[in-house]
Amino acid sequence: MDRFRMIFQYFQSNSESVMNGICGLLALASVKMYTCFDFSCPCLPQYNRAYGLGIMFIPPVILFLCGLILNRQSLVMLDEWRRPQGHRKKDLAVIRYMCSSIMQRAMVAPVAWIIVTLLDGKCLICAFSGSMDPEKFVGFANVTPVQLEQLLAKVPCKDDELMRNNMSRKAVSRYLRCWSQALGWSILLILIVAAFLARWLRPCFNQDTLLQARHWSNYIDIEQKIFEETCCEHSRLFAHKCILHFFQSMRQEIKLHSFNLPRQGEGDEGEEDLLQGITDQHQVNKLLKTWYYEKPPLDVS
Amino acid sequence: MDKFRMIFQFFQSNQESFMNGICGIMALASTQMYSAFDFNCPCLPHYNMAYGLGILLVPPFILFLLGFVLNNNISMLAEEWRRPHGQRGKDPAVLRYMFCSMAQRAMIAPAVWVSVTLLDGKCITCAFCTSVPVEALGNASHPLLSQGEIQRVLARIPCKEIYNGQELIANEVAVRYLRCISQALGWCFVLLMTTLAFLVRSLRPCFSQAAFLKSRYWSHYIDIERKLFDDTCAEHARSFAKVCIQQFFEGMSTDLVAARCHLPRKASADMGEASKKLLGITDQGTMNMALKSWHRCKPPLHLHPPDLPSGNGWVGEGQPPVHSSAPRRETAAYYSSV
Repeated sequence: MDRFRMIFQYFQSNSESVMNGICGLLALASVKMYTCFDFSCPCLPQYNRAYGLGIMFIPPVILFLCGLILNRQSLVMLDEWRRPQGHRKKDLAVIRYMCSSIMQRAMVAPVAWIIVTLLDGKCLICAFSGSMDPEKFVGFANVTPVQLEQLLAKVPCKDDELMRNNMSRKAVSRYLRCWSQALGWSILLILIVAAFLARWLRPCFNQDTLLQARHWSNYIDIEQKIFEETCCEHSRLFAHKCILHFFQSMRQEIKLHSFNLPRQGEGDEGEEDLLQGITDQHQVNKLLKTWYYEKPPLDVS
Repeated sequence: MDKFRMIFQFFQSNQESFMNGICGIMALASTQMYSAFDFNCPCLPHYNMAYGLGILLVPPFILFLLGFVLNNNISMLAEEWRRPHGQRGKDPAVLRYMFCSMAQRAMIAPAVWVSVTLLDGKCITCAFCTSVPVEALGNASHPLLSQGEIQRVLARIPCKEIYNGQELIANEVAVRYLRCISQALGWCFVLLMTTLAFLVRSLRPCFSQAAFLKSRYWSHYIDIERKLFDDTCAEHARSFAKVCIQQFFEGMSTDLVAARCHLPRKASADMGEASKKLLGITDQGTMNMALKSWHRCKPPLHLHPPDLPSGNGWVGEGQPPVHSSAPRRETAAYYSSV
């Protein structure tokens, strides 16, 4: 029993830190994915923008969905949201709290990807090199529009034969990279200030509602874990009884032929209490169905 | 028993994380396999597509099958599927749950291989280099080249060292174009897989949560029951062997007493604990005879009840009725196959 208590206390105090850990790992994974990914701009007029913006926005969507999938609490929240009311009322504040904490954690990895992309600059250079104003850059001023489109589209490709030593290419590239990095740092600054303000100003608004919502969301999480643990314990005891009965019936048959088996361990009366009279398939099914359709009221007096 | 309980609870609570760990390892292994694999496009018109698409699609199929083979629960599923009804009905929902959870885990490594392949771009470049739109990207009106010649030139795009079609279409332009398409396909594939996984996971609580809880409980139960049964049988085998061997030594000892007219030491009232364990065998010659007898003539798998004094336990005294040995034989065969 003590061991159970230790393990449950660990889970209670650390389910937040486990989720924070997963969140951090996913952010690191997103940075690693970006560095491993071989960015290669097509350098063709119609494809550049789609490629550049695609690389900037599609992986964040994937990372966001991954963040939702890997977070255990999202299932708990959905369960609580969709369950029938039964004897226990639903508190929308708790569901909202859980939803917002899940979303916040899931947003970290996509934001990390976007910021790393902007600070690196390749995506923006690829996407917007074709929209540059040629008047600003000497090498592109006296060129026909068709040629201009082709030349500008080739700016992200340093090794292209037309662009190899082109000074104007470097100018365009530096210009776009400057904008990209400025955007990246601004977004990072805004997010950090917003997070700081949100954390600092939160105690000024509805602190008691927040404490309640946090307590009951932790409670729902722990209750779910304990239910699963209890089901496991129950199924283990159920299996144990089932096998003992089987061996006992075998033993009776064998006793008829003067064949003495060494005595097995005696059935524990204590385990009868743990099984709580639930000893067949229909009773277990009924129990599980009742747990879902009519959760008991939060009253253990 | 407490130790068993602890171990079972550990496995039960961590079975999911154990299986997830195996999934993750297989996914990493598939990435490592891809980077270790030396991709060599043949650069010939009809072979390129077969090679490229083969490398894209055959290893995932192998990884999928490997995912099933490495999963211990596949034998449990097969057993449950094929067993006769007997006194316990079969629930198809449980079988479906077990199969789905195994298939989902087995799909991860192939999906990783396909994503990594598409994001890298070599396979698609190799497979589709002959379909590059030359009119848009190069000089389609190149004279003196028949269609077949053009195909042969385009097929050499992945092999930069032997490429001789720079006037037709620049190698870098074609490679960049194909790689762009490949990476777009790769990201779309990853997005599709992630969206599917998200939908499967999030729509379940909305629809069949009660049925899901039931299937999950009974599939865990079947697993635990199988493990407990194996352990109970092992315990039984241990006790069986212990009694069998004890009766063998007792039989030997009684026999030797009868043959050599030694005083039966077992009758001594003040015998110590250790002396009792010697079972009446107290010198080298007797021990050697016991060992020889154990090797040459093992006792039958038949434990006599303790109140009936047994004589030559290993020479084969009064045998029980034949048909009662059948359950014993089956049990013994079961043990040996385990």
